[in-house]
Amino acid sequence: MRAIIGPNGAGKTSMLNVINGFYHPQTGKITYKGKSRSAMSPNEAANSGIARTFQNVALFHGMSTLDNIMVGRNLKMRRGFFWQALYHGPARTEELENREFIEHIITFLEIEAIRRTPVSRLPYGLQKRVELGRALAMQPDLLLLDEPMAGMNLEEKGDMSRYILDVNEHFGTTIALIEHDMGVVMDLSDRVVVLDYGHKIADGTPGEVQKNQAVIDAYLGVAH
Amino acid sequence: MFYREVGQFKTNYRADQSIFPIRQDRIAIGALLIAAFIVAPLIMNDFWLNSIMIPFLIFALAAIGLNILTGYCGQISLGTGGFMGVGAYACYKLTTIFPDTNIILLILISGIFSAGIGVIFGIPSLRIKGFYLAVATLASQFFLEWAFGRIAWLYNYNDSGAIEVPTRKILEFAVTGPTASPVVRYLVVLSIVVFLTWIASNLVRGRIGRMWMAVRDHDIAAELMGVHLLRTKLMAFAVSSYYCGVAGALMVFLWLGAAEVESFDINQSFLILFMVVIGGLGSLVGAFIGAAFIWILPIFLRAAPGVFGFEIGAATVEHLNFIVVGALIIIFLIAEPNGLARLWQTAKQKLRVWPFPY
Ligand SMILES: Nc1ncnc2c1ncn2[C@@H]1O[C@H](COP(=O)(O)OP(=O)(O)O)[C@@H](O)[C@H]1O
Ligand SMILES: [Mg+2]
Repeated sequence: MRAIIGPNGAGKTSMLNVINGFYHPQTGKITYKGKSRSAMSPNEAANSGIARTFQNVALFHGMSTLDNIMVGRNLKMRRGFFWQALYHGPARTEELENREFIEHIITFLEIEAIRRTPVSRLPYGLQKRVELGRALAMQPDLLLLDEPMAGMNLEEKGDMSRYILDVNEHFGTTIALIEHDMGVVMDLSDRVVVLDYGHKIADGTPGEVQKNQAVIDAYLGVAH
Repeated sequence: MFYREVGQFKTNYRADQSIFPIRQDRIAIGALLIAAFIVAPLIMNDFWLNSIMIPFLIFALAAIGLNILTGYCGQISLGTGGFMGVGAYACYKLTTIFPDTNIILLILISGIFSAGIGVIFGIPSLRIKGFYLAVATLASQFFLEWAFGRIAWLYNYNDSGAIEVPTRKILEFAVTGPTASPVVRYLVVLSIVVFLTWIASNLVRGRIGRMWMAVRDHDIAAELMGVHLLRTKLMAFAVSSYYCGVAGALMVFLWLGAAEVESFDINQSFLILFMVVIGGLGSLVGAFIGAAFIWILPIFLRAAPGVFGFEIGAATVEHLNFIVVGALIIIFLIAEPNGLARLWQTAKQKLRVWPFPY
């Protein structure tokens, strides 16, 4: 688990956007699973196992919790138009298998009661949880979390931290976490990278980074 | 009390995923189908079948088509009339070229031509959204109108420029043409509409429907889930135009009996769009409610003064009609911006938890 920190506007979100293909970098390259490329496309990123949650909740607001998470199974479902139109035989089998899979996620995230609720009616904390569920449904190898705990109270933060740790430990998912709460960052992450003005200014264990003078300066806003 | 799911436990996901998870709904839909297929042809006279039921079903089908594109996939279109026309003219040419082929088959095939045209005019949707897309589809509407009027091959070089429906029989029953009875035409239209509605309900509740709605609600997040935007949008254009095309073919072959360019003009597009908006975007039931509201209500309003013994001139009745329907549209949209289908949903939800408000 790697945390990405840095002052506001440092380029943390932009970096995730590059990794999952929304931005194409002018210089530099993305190395993922041993393969280097100068740019990704979002579909390519999804296909190769990168999932993500957004800083501002980006759920499908007209759909229920269940349907939102089911969209995450999209790439795992193969039946084409013909079977979909009939909704029988293989299409139904596939639908039910995937429904069963996401029920595990729903149980894991403790959102059983809001299965059928349209997500637009959920409070912010639960929306963030559904968004995590949708990303988990993709069974990602790399999970990008953009400020998953922003705006949460202490209890919600505790819950979310537990889910993130569990995902990391039980499923072995690599996680890149952007977070401003230093307590959370220090507790959760194995390594921390610090960005400022679009540049990497430090990279190390939480303890090392905490003592780094450049990081302290960046946070205090020392003139360059 | 009588509309509740208490005691109906679902022990597997299959039951939980069915179209009508509540037993009362299943009974209601069964009763409705029996009424539509058996009772209606027995008790309804020709006027009812011909002027109310047949057009209502055809408009509902077109509304389902537009709803797939606009309500489910979020792509606004003003080209519905044109796509209906493609289906109608394609069917006309097909009956000319294959005079002995089953007419129902030809009607179902003619939708494919409309789907193809829909895909071509859907390509700009990758780059443009919302009102700008609406304007782009308007261009398709005008282009198609031009084509129907100017390409004489489409109407077999008739002097009138109109297409006349030939008589086609299935098992000695005339299905199209002047001799076809309203009952036969009604049953054919009903069967096709029920079948295609079932297909649509399967599509929208499965993976494809979720892809459409994901694109509608948040295209960036959808892309990240591996949804291919252009492919998904074009599929919506294709399916939507297919439904509109079949509706157009039905309109000419099983309802009007003849048609010309004006039958597929921009007013037709607006009519279907109103049905979708009033009925409810993203709801198949809404397509039927919307079609009933826009098509059947005015017929009753027109008849109302006579029933109550008022002597009012035809023109005045027509004006009153516009005023009343227009006012109702505004009232309903203020009361429930999500359409009549949502009102219906809310009522059902209330009934489910009755007598407690929560
Ligand atoms: N490496 C970079 N190159 C160019 N512009 C950048 C870079 N990093 C950040 N920016 C600019 O800074 C703005 C804020 O970046 P963002 O990624 O949202 O910051 P953060 O998420 O760290 O608060 C971006 O919209 C972008 O214009
Ligand atoms: Mg950010």
